[in-house]
Amino acid sequence: MIHKLGDWVKKVPLPRFLRESGRENGREKGISWAFLSPSLFGVLAFFIVPFFVVIFYSLVDSPIRKQFVFLDNFIGLLKNTAFQTAAKNTLSFSALAVPLAVLLALGLAVLLEQRIPLRSQFRTFFLSPMMVPVASVVLIWQVVFHYNGALNAGLAPFGIEAVDWLKSGYSQLVIVALFLWKNLGYNMILFMSALSNIPREIIEMARVEGASAFTIFWRIKLRFLSPTILFVTILSLINSFKVFREVYLLTGDYPYGGLYLLQHFMNNMFNKLDYQKLSAAAVIMAVVMVILIAVLFLIESRYGKDVEG
Amino acid sequence: MRKRHLLIRGLLTVFAAAFAFAFLMPTVLTIVNSFMAQSEISANYGVIFDTGVGSYQSEQVNLKLIPDMVSFSQYATVLLKSPEYLLKFWNSVILVVPVVVFQVAIAALAAYGFTRFRSRRKELILFLYIILMLMPYQVTLVPNYLVSQWLHILDTRWAIWLPGVAAPFSVFLLTKFMRRIPESYLEAARLDGAGEWKIFTKICLPLCRGALYSVAILVFIDYWNMVEQPLILLSDPEMHPLSVYLSRINAGETGVAFAVAVIYMIPALLLFLHGEEYLVEGITYSGGLKG
Repeated sequence: MIHKLGDWVKKVPLPRFLRESGRENGREKGISWAFLSPSLFGVLAFFIVPFFVVIFYSLVDSPIRKQFVFLDNFIGLLKNTAFQTAAKNTLSFSALAVPLAVLLALGLAVLLEQRIPLRSQFRTFFLSPMMVPVASVVLIWQVVFHYNGALNAGLAPFGIEAVDWLKSGYSQLVIVALFLWKNLGYNMILFMSALSNIPREIIEMARVEGASAFTIFWRIKLRFLSPTILFVTILSLINSFKVFREVYLLTGDYPYGGLYLLQHFMNNMFNKLDYQKLSAAAVIMAVVMVILIAVLFLIESRYGKDVEG
Repeated sequence: MRKRHLLIRGLLTVFAAAFAFAFLMPTVLTIVNSFMAQSEISANYGVIFDTGVGSYQSEQVNLKLIPDMVSFSQYATVLLKSPEYLLKFWNSVILVVPVVVFQVAIAALAAYGFTRFRSRRKELILFLYIILMLMPYQVTLVPNYLVSQWLHILDTRWAIWLPGVAAPFSVFLLTKFMRRIPESYLEAARLDGAGEWKIFTKICLPLCRGALYSVAILVFIDYWNMVEQPLILLSDPEMHPLSVYLSRINAGETGVAFAVAVIYMIPALLLFLHGEEYLVEGITYSGGLKG
């Protein structure tokens, strides 16, 4: 069965630029494509093919009439105030949360590299929030950040006036804190493994030559860490788009203005079945992501080479 | 000199301990609160959640690390008297477990395909997988929704299952792992006359057992936590998993909500305690985008 499937997959004509350059070597190659086929089928059916339809929808006036309007949907979307708010909030959140998620995680990884007691326990503690479902701790967050909540009670003795944290200008800061709580552990593990992969001899040599711990970190370790820093940045950026979870579970469908995120906008458009805005927004997001990823890849291949060797 | 080192080390330890405290507190407090009777919950949090119970309420919120009286009444309510919570828990299980099992199974096959007989064509496809893996829900949910609509599976569990099974995350991770298996292992089996299927099941899979477990943990935790997909793909609240439903428990049942929250985190925490090393290994493998 699987062999037949392999032979069949091999016969599928492909565009020239995708064809193998070398000679075809037998059925094993075809079989290796058969192994790929269930996944490839799923990805094509649920992501790639419908995404082309999304692109098509973003260019026509309605899925039924199918009149080409080219960029009208995009212009309409960019002029939409709800979309503007959502995009602005999401961007300002990411701009604050991502650098913090990278720097603090690096700090924790360096901290756990030092000779302090209970290192492995600390690692476990820092990692544990990633395993706790957001929905499970939402109640505690409400207790902490409510107007009558624990944070205000704790700040009162210092003469700081009570704020309704989730319904004020500080709401984004609260969500940044929740984001860091959940994501620092994962990033920290990535940095820890990168730190432990730095060749010991280089660091020993620098130490023998009298370099201080600070110089070693700044001049040597940071250079070896640069690919990981880039990767953690991409990852945190993607995770920052997922922070909708926390916001939704804490504040529901209609949050305070500063917490209205892109996913809220998408949900509203799904409810209205506004295919034009949905598809235009998805296409814009995809383009932005591809550009970001491409830029980060370029930086990595440019500056990461000399250390990856 | 030595004294100064000791001092720095002490300060670092205190610093780490402060961080650890902040990281653990929300989880610990949730667990502690689940062992409080409703009257104690009302007394402590009455100013926040309008609990409606006419009992004593303190002026301000109290976060206590030890309940006045340990009570299992909330758990009794959840487990014996209120079947709707267990039903939602079951919804979560039935939505998540098939996704984990089949996503990892299909990904293992695909990863083997990407590992054997590498070619330009395959590298290009793998690159496409990576791009797709990095796309946020705001992008991928729209195509998912359209296909579900065409297949008439919207508002059924299939709308969560099928895109979940096809998701590319574990393919990427397992490919990275399998490509580190020395080629000679697989080639030796081939020279002994084993077919590809036999090499896959008898040599490759046993070598990947740890990696499969790591990937399964990562996929599980992602889906156990899902909020975006059910909100869009399942319009019937009855089918929603506990991850969404928990936020809708009304204020009068705050005590029960804490117990449900703890029950909900148990599977994830057990996996964590049992498989922390695998989890760490999985995260390590996810680092870096190159195959």
